[in-house]
Amino acid sequence: MNLHAVKTIYVNEMRRFWRTIMQSLISPVLSTSLYFVVFGAAIGSRIDQVEGVGYGAFIVPGLIMLSVMTQATANASFGIYFPKFTGTIYELLSAPVSFLEIVAGYVGAAATKAMFIGLIILATAFFFIDIQIAHPFAMIALLVLTCISFSLLGFIIGIWAGNFEQLQLIPLLVITPLVFLGGSFYSITMLPPVWQTITLFNPVVYLISGFRWSFFGAADVSIGVSLLAIGLFTALCLGFIGWIFRTGWRIRQ
Amino acid sequence: MTAIVSVKNLRKAYDGGFEALKSVNLEIEEGEILALLGPNGAGKTTLISTICGIVTPTSGTVTVGGFDTQNDFRETRSMIGLVPQEISLEPFETVFSTVSFSRGLFGKPRDDARIDEILAQLSLADKRDNKVITLSGGMKRRVLIAKALAHEPRVLFLDEPSAGVDVELRKDMWDVVAKLKASGVTIILTTHYIEEAEAIADRVGIIANGEILLIQNKAELMAQMGQKQLRIDLAEPAAEIPAALAGYELQRAPDGRSLTYTYDTKGPRTGITTLLNDLQKAGLQMTDLQTQQSSLEDIFVGLVKEDQ
Repeated sequence: MNLHAVKTIYVNEMRRFWRTIMQSLISPVLSTSLYFVVFGAAIGSRIDQVEGVGYGAFIVPGLIMLSVMTQATANASFGIYFPKFTGTIYELLSAPVSFLEIVAGYVGAAATKAMFIGLIILATAFFFIDIQIAHPFAMIALLVLTCISFSLLGFIIGIWAGNFEQLQLIPLLVITPLVFLGGSFYSITMLPPVWQTITLFNPVVYLISGFRWSFFGAADVSIGVSLLAIGLFTALCLGFIGWIFRTGWRIRQ
Repeated sequence: MTAIVSVKNLRKAYDGGFEALKSVNLEIEEGEILALLGPNGAGKTTLISTICGIVTPTSGTVTVGGFDTQNDFRETRSMIGLVPQEISLEPFETVFSTVSFSRGLFGKPRDDARIDEILAQLSLADKRDNKVITLSGGMKRRVLIAKALAHEPRVLFLDEPSAGVDVELRKDMWDVVAKLKASGVTIILTTHYIEEAEAIADRVGIIANGEILLIQNKAELMAQMGQKQLRIDLAEPAAEIPAALAGYELQRAPDGRSLTYTYDTKGPRTGITTLLNDLQKAGLQMTDLQTQQSSLEDIFVGLVKEDQ
């Protein structure tokens, strides 16, 4: 195991994060605060409680998940796409590193950044809303799992993307709609029955629901099913990355 | 001398069916400078990339220091440094951090003093904290070399190191290469500048259409294959070559003031003595004689043409 390489990649990626601290941290925090103001305070004050929780508090887990998923995907995809774009990928490919080590470095850094952002948004939420966390350890565990699994997905997107447009394509066309329709801002029990069934095919529902359970002790789907869904998603991403590295798909001729 | 890099029956065919390498065999000796000469698209970069692990071979084996590049990739890649043809660098990193990154990536513990030494060796010390994006093209190429040397490799590949580099930097780079050789590093460079191979290589390999046509000690190659030319300046311009001299296949300069005789240094007789006698008999008065060795370029062009 080339631990020096894992550490080098990780530290290098984190340095980029600190170098671009304004866009890395401040912009997701600012946009999430705006969500709190608009949905939580302005509109939320006219909405009754959802599943026994005030609407402002209800959307907190969803908002954290929304940011964490998009940030993890964006950071990881950019992290591996950038060396492809600049051509510096030659160095990764000629270095004595296994693919597992490359993934550990890039995905580890992307997940850490997303985790930071998630926790800062949670801290921001405390300013706006009175909120209690029923299962704090489960909350952290679910957050970590989500950060890792979506960073893995981002890594796949970064390997697949041939240009900057493609890099944005899946986050914009797939992830954002799935997250918005995955119950970030509402409980799926508020939907008509047909849509409730359709929604269950959206994997993000399980993530948000599980995360919401860790806050309020109640959710649309049971925590066991949520955990199973996150585990399955992570395993799928890992399996796909394993395949990429065995075949050299899109990176090694 | 023992071979540090050994390439056996290496073949690479790309998905489109293009065969970039056709059963290449090559032994690179420890401590030598080998220049791989070839026209564009000859397979030079594919060969280097395969040895470095960037390209997966279709068949054949490559060993570096006795280790197989596929099965023992950690051992082989740790020994190799690669300077790519394209200038590929992270634009927003500083020179120091990008070179230090390379060291870590290749599994060596952080050593700032060593990195500073490498930067000084490449005259980059004053650019240490500059961002890569602010450097000139020549400086960026030095950074690429520094990155390749950061993990103290035993074998260094330089892919077209002097493409787009000015004369001064090229000379500097040759100095660096000479110093590295003195410290025991094996160096393989690809080039299509023949003067570069002539200036610094111990051995020259000529590659065209995915095949190594020839690989030989540079001096021997030039001595064996080299033809020499003798130019005879005449006191009075000759309107035509006298019939008595027809057997020498002389070439007359357009102004008739000189004749050129081409001879083979390998041959049992060069024919110079008889030519000079016959010139005198034909009544041509000579004012000067000059001989010239044919260059590697002539040899190279000759071989590649033959192959086509």
